[in-house]
Amino acid sequence: MEIRKGIGVSPGVVISTAVVLDAEALVIPRRSVDAAEVPAEIERFGKAAAATVVDLQKLRDEVTGKHGKQIGAIFDFHIGLMKDPTLVNRVLNEIRSQSVTAEYAVSTVMRHYAGMFQQMTDRYFSERIKDIHDIEKSLLRNLIGQKHADLGKLTQDVVVIAHDLLPSQTAALDKLHVRGFATDVGGRTSHTAIVARAMGIPAVVGLGNITGEVSGGDTVIIDGTRGMVIVNPDPDQIAEHREFERQQIRLETELASLRTLPAQTKDGHLVSVMANIEFPGEIDDALQRGAEGIGLYRTEFLYLAAAHEPTEDDHYAAYAEACKRLDGRPLVIRTLDLGADKYTQEKAASPERNPFLGDRSIRMCLHDIPMFKRQLRAIMRASVLGDVRIMFPMISTLMELRQARMVLKDVTEEMEDEGIPFRGDIPLGIMIEVPSAALMASNFAKEVNFFSIGTNDLIQYTLAVDRTNEKVAGLFCPAHPAVLSLVRDTIRAGSRNSIGVSVCGEMAGEPLYTLLLLGLGLTTFSMNGPDIPEVKKIIRSTTMEHARNVARKVMSFDSERQVMHYLREETRKIIPEAF
Amino acid sequence: MKDEAAPGTRPVLSSFCLHPSSFDSMPKASKELVVSNSLGLHARPAMQFVDLANQFSSAVMVYKGGEEPAEADGKSVMQMIILAATQGTPIRIEAEGDDAEEAVVKLAELFESKFGEE
Repeated sequence: MEIRKGIGVSPGVVISTAVVLDAEALVIPRRSVDAAEVPAEIERFGKAAAATVVDLQKLRDEVTGKHGKQIGAIFDFHIGLMKDPTLVNRVLNEIRSQSVTAEYAVSTVMRHYAGMFQQMTDRYFSERIKDIHDIEKSLLRNLIGQKHADLGKLTQDVVVIAHDLLPSQTAALDKLHVRGFATDVGGRTSHTAIVARAMGIPAVVGLGNITGEVSGGDTVIIDGTRGMVIVNPDPDQIAEHREFERQQIRLETELASLRTLPAQTKDGHLVSVMANIEFPGEIDDALQRGAEGIGLYRTEFLYLAAAHEPTEDDHYAAYAEACKRLDGRPLVIRTLDLGADKYTQEKAASPERNPFLGDRSIRMCLHDIPMFKRQLRAIMRASVLGDVRIMFPMISTLMELRQARMVLKDVTEEMEDEGIPFRGDIPLGIMIEVPSAALMASNFAKEVNFFSIGTNDLIQYTLAVDRTNEKVAGLFCPAHPAVLSLVRDTIRAGSRNSIGVSVCGEMAGEPLYTLLLLGLGLTTFSMNGPDIPEVKKIIRSTTMEHARNVARKVMSFDSERQVMHYLREETRKIIPEAF
Repeated sequence: MKDEAAPGTRPVLSSFCLHPSSFDSMPKASKELVVSNSLGLHARPAMQFVDLANQFSSAVMVYKGGEEPAEADGKSVMQMIILAATQGTPIRIEAEGDDAEEAVVKLAELFESKFGEE
């Protein structure tokens, strides 16, 4: 039994079997199998060995053709090793006598041989260790390829243990069977955290070396509420956590009863509660939890989930599906918000030195007009299918907004010429997530139909904190008075110009900030589905007068510590079980 | 440095000592020589040796002399390479079976040709 403390980024408790991903996202296999599974493992090894020989023969022929027999002969050696009864029988014996998986047996046997080569004094012979590693790798690739790798098609519930989860990986996850995440790195607003909250499953990040401590098949408790991971728990701990799990479900059921009730304060002030999504498939669940619409549709997942850049029709298909599921409810589509991430940095000709201040988001779109137009055209085609709204991310100057609007105008003119219907007065909004935009909110308010405050980026740019850097992540705080005054000013500018203002960052879904945001005059809260009931409960339990007083008091503090302390006190009065 | 023998090949030493029947009936042959090619019995020569050894029905064993004596099944490339027989290492090839004589002659020739390297 091992207890590891990390950062709980998505609440809840789960007890399940671990699947461990290594740095290259290959699944590290579990160790032991039941005696009954031994024959199946032996068969798997046989198939993998045969496949490896075929791979090696292909490689040999290719290399011989290109570089001659001399070089090709090295693969004859590899093939010879693969067919060597000494090696094969050793692996089979290992599987049989230890009841382990084929992968584990291969690793053990290869480690044994690697050790022998390591001891050799002659450099030529000791270097053969590389050949051993080579064939081990291709054997494992063939073994893993057979069965374990596909996290998109799981047959039982698992928790995923990884160094870090990439957007492309989470996009391909089997949402039905993945019950929790635990990662080595990451912070409160890392991708893993966001996805876990969207999926409503517990997650703990920043655990240091959890991938080294858990092996596939271990039983793991992920306690996202308390930021804890327990590896191979004892029966008492399992019992305790099962009880906790039950309590959470009870609380959730209670909150679910709020679903059909409006987000209205006791004194009749009405706000909107919406959901953030990454895939249209999440809409049903969001509505189930009481969302009145989608306040943020992150379309970059269209790019991350597919191998190629999405076509106009790919975009359209996704938006049309979203409209259909929403049945007339609002859908705020955020245009592509990529850049400053692994995906684009790896593709870039030369990596940027400072990608977060670089060619990302709307800037990237304005540098690639054809790509931008494809998306805008698809949005406009979908605009007649429901209440579709467009939102531009990362706007930092008025010029950018005007340019983006021009591109949109081009698109609609072309569509007009082609006789394709669209909604001419489609609501247009911007994300307020750069301090310059927040400071000029009253100028922007005259040119758009709504604001949505992206607190994650606004905090990062205001406080100069990279939220994924564990060393400084502690400085990342929504309660910082500087951040709060930008939020307040943005909401004020919106209300003076009679346009709606929402918060679609993590802050909107944290019950701690609900009273404050309500009191500042926010009109829309957009958050991950699972957070909706709790936030709604707070809104319905207070009065606008009280919320305004809370906001006034908060704005008089000069440290985030005071702010959080006070807000915790006030919120606890409403939902004591939340903290 | 010892590795278990693969099934189907005969652990020669024990059959020598413990089984009079095989001692009597099976023809055997052996030859001593010295590894003479410059890189020793490395990957490609080991593979050539094993390929050739596998063409005979006789069991083939290779004994390495010198400071770190060891033995290997001449039909297992893994065991052969683990011998780590460098240039100058004394070697004894032993075969036991119907074509033992021919096997030893051909395998020794391969050594003497320095595996076609020099």
